[in-house]
Amino acid sequence: MLPDEKGHFGPYGGRFVPEALIAALDELDAHYRKAMADPEFTGEFERMLRDYAGTPSLLYDATRLSERVGGARILLKREDLNHTGAHKVRNVLGQALLTKRMGKPRVIAETGAGQHGVASATAAAYLDLECVVYMGEVDTQRQALNVARMRMLGATVIPVTVGSRTLKDAINEALRDWVTNVDSTHYLLGTAAGPHPFPAMVRDFVRGIGVEAREQCLALTGALPDAVAAAVGGGSNAIGVFHAFVPDADVRLYGFEAGGDGVETGRHAASITGGSHGVLHGARTFLLQDDDGQTIESHSISAGLDYPAVGPEHAWLHQQGRARYSPVTDAEAMEAFALLCRTEGIIPAIESAHALAGAIKVIPALREELGREPTVIVNLSGRGDKDMHTAGDYFGLFGAEDEVR
Amino acid sequence: MTATISGTALGPHLRRRRDAGRKLLAPYLTGGVRADWTDYLLAYAEAGADTIEVGLPFSEPVVDGPTVQEASHLALRRGANVRDILADLRRVRVGIPLTVMTYYHLVQREGAEVFCANLAGAGVRGLIVPDLPVDELGTLERAATAAGVDLVLVAAPSSTPARLREIGTRSRGFVYAVSVMAPTGVRDELADTAGVLAGQLKQATDLPVLLGFGIATPAHAVAGAHVADGVAVGSALMRAVLDGESPAQVGARVAAMRDALDRAYP
Repeated sequence: MLPDEKGHFGPYGGRFVPEALIAALDELDAHYRKAMADPEFTGEFERMLRDYAGTPSLLYDATRLSERVGGARILLKREDLNHTGAHKVRNVLGQALLTKRMGKPRVIAETGAGQHGVASATAAAYLDLECVVYMGEVDTQRQALNVARMRMLGATVIPVTVGSRTLKDAINEALRDWVTNVDSTHYLLGTAAGPHPFPAMVRDFVRGIGVEAREQCLALTGALPDAVAAAVGGGSNAIGVFHAFVPDADVRLYGFEAGGDGVETGRHAASITGGSHGVLHGARTFLLQDDDGQTIESHSISAGLDYPAVGPEHAWLHQQGRARYSPVTDAEAMEAFALLCRTEGIIPAIESAHALAGAIKVIPALREELGREPTVIVNLSGRGDKDMHTAGDYFGLFGAEDEVR
Repeated sequence: MTATISGTALGPHLRRRRDAGRKLLAPYLTGGVRADWTDYLLAYAEAGADTIEVGLPFSEPVVDGPTVQEASHLALRRGANVRDILADLRRVRVGIPLTVMTYYHLVQREGAEVFCANLAGAGVRGLIVPDLPVDELGTLERAATAAGVDLVLVAAPSSTPARLREIGTRSRGFVYAVSVMAPTGVRDELADTAGVLAGQLKQATDLPVLLGFGIATPAHAVAGAHVADGVAVGSALMRAVLDGESPAQVGARVAAMRDALDRAYP
């Protein structure tokens, strides 16, 4: 069972943090292990997921989409239907409940586009915790609506004005806050990355996605799926849907990274397929770096995938060959985005559109390999309302007049 | 890989001076922060530094407060990198052992052995990696020893007694005691946690214990050195460097701390 006691997934993971944070990580690890073995905690977590977040999310047989794509039965895991519109609610509810259990009154969170910030503010409001969100100044300007959402939910949003003023700098600043206020504060990290126990803990809070999908697929089709596809940025939605399937050797796992303008252009966020080994934000993993070892800015049309590293368990699954990772470009993702809107009446998050686009790319080879129509689960990790500004610009929807038909 | 080890070893040098009753002073400078950055090293040495911490800038300085972050980003914008900084160090003779401070990502990139050999080749005799806790030392411990570089471990106010013992046992050169639960940076007063931690460490190890984080003035230095064997000073000096003070001017700040220490602990 991975990770090991010290948080290693093979050569990846671990704890590369200041000594000052070790006691807090040890405390968190002890509370998390105890909580996960305590029916009172797991029962309350399940109750919140069911009564508040609206899970289990549907596994939807996307027949029109499947017919249009051709060659596969595509099942969509509808995490977009959860409260707050994404899989992230599972993680924030788990960590916020654990924070209460640890007796800490305050959570801090980092956010890029604002989705994890909004989710954290939601969980903090629901469980009566003080919430401070660090957000790169550049992002606060790009995502003013999410800043308003967080403030409406009672959170304090602190713009980060150092470094590149984006997500990675927000994480750095949250780590600095945590060192300073560790007695009263839990760092509610937004993805399955960072120092141990975060990658394992976040995975355990979101792994219900795959547990549900596995049962639902068996009930619906009488068999396990042939493949499971997910988008990979930091990697929480992907590890959430993958984890329950890892022991099922016949189920192929596909992780699709943000290829941006194309990995060959250097403007992308594909840490595994276009990056190299290193240590960032507390873990040994894959990351984007220049020839001198300095991290480089990631680029993706999807703000949620725009992070220059990846959770260590994905690095491990990649090294083991258990999951296959490949890039999907902005253009491919947006084509899939439009396709899902038109065939199923579902506007997906652009993150999730990467998963769909990648699945569509691998279906022909998979069908040929199996000699039959494969069943493919695509994790629809979030809804696309938040991305309509981007989609509107991309497809030229603003200011254009519709033709009368 | 064999490296030529040059200059004075860090550990014996500090211990000798400590045992002679001198309080130790370790000023910090971000490598490559200015074109003439090595002139500041010479000024520090002349002002009575016992070792100098040279920061190799990393794009993600999570342990550092605003001033050292600014210095790191400025150095990187100037095109600073590990190779060039070490090349600069190879050309300068400061007469005291140098200690490099940098993040683990830069240490592990080419492998611990290559990194430590490169440090030794540049005359560096100590290494502090503030985001590498004792549990993750891995191959670096042996590589540093083989290269004649003292791997200095960091202790924090939140470290448990068992961890302090392990840090005290496995550290080389000295132990860096973080005075306060916060990033690096200037503070009005020395935190109460500083004296407690330094006291615990002195029980746990015979190595010199240097207190850092928040030492900004001669008075702080004197207060910090009350329990510890000396102090490390970073942000206050870097603020002056960033504000354009000359090597002589920043050197005078170091000299003021030296004088205060020597007068308080004759």
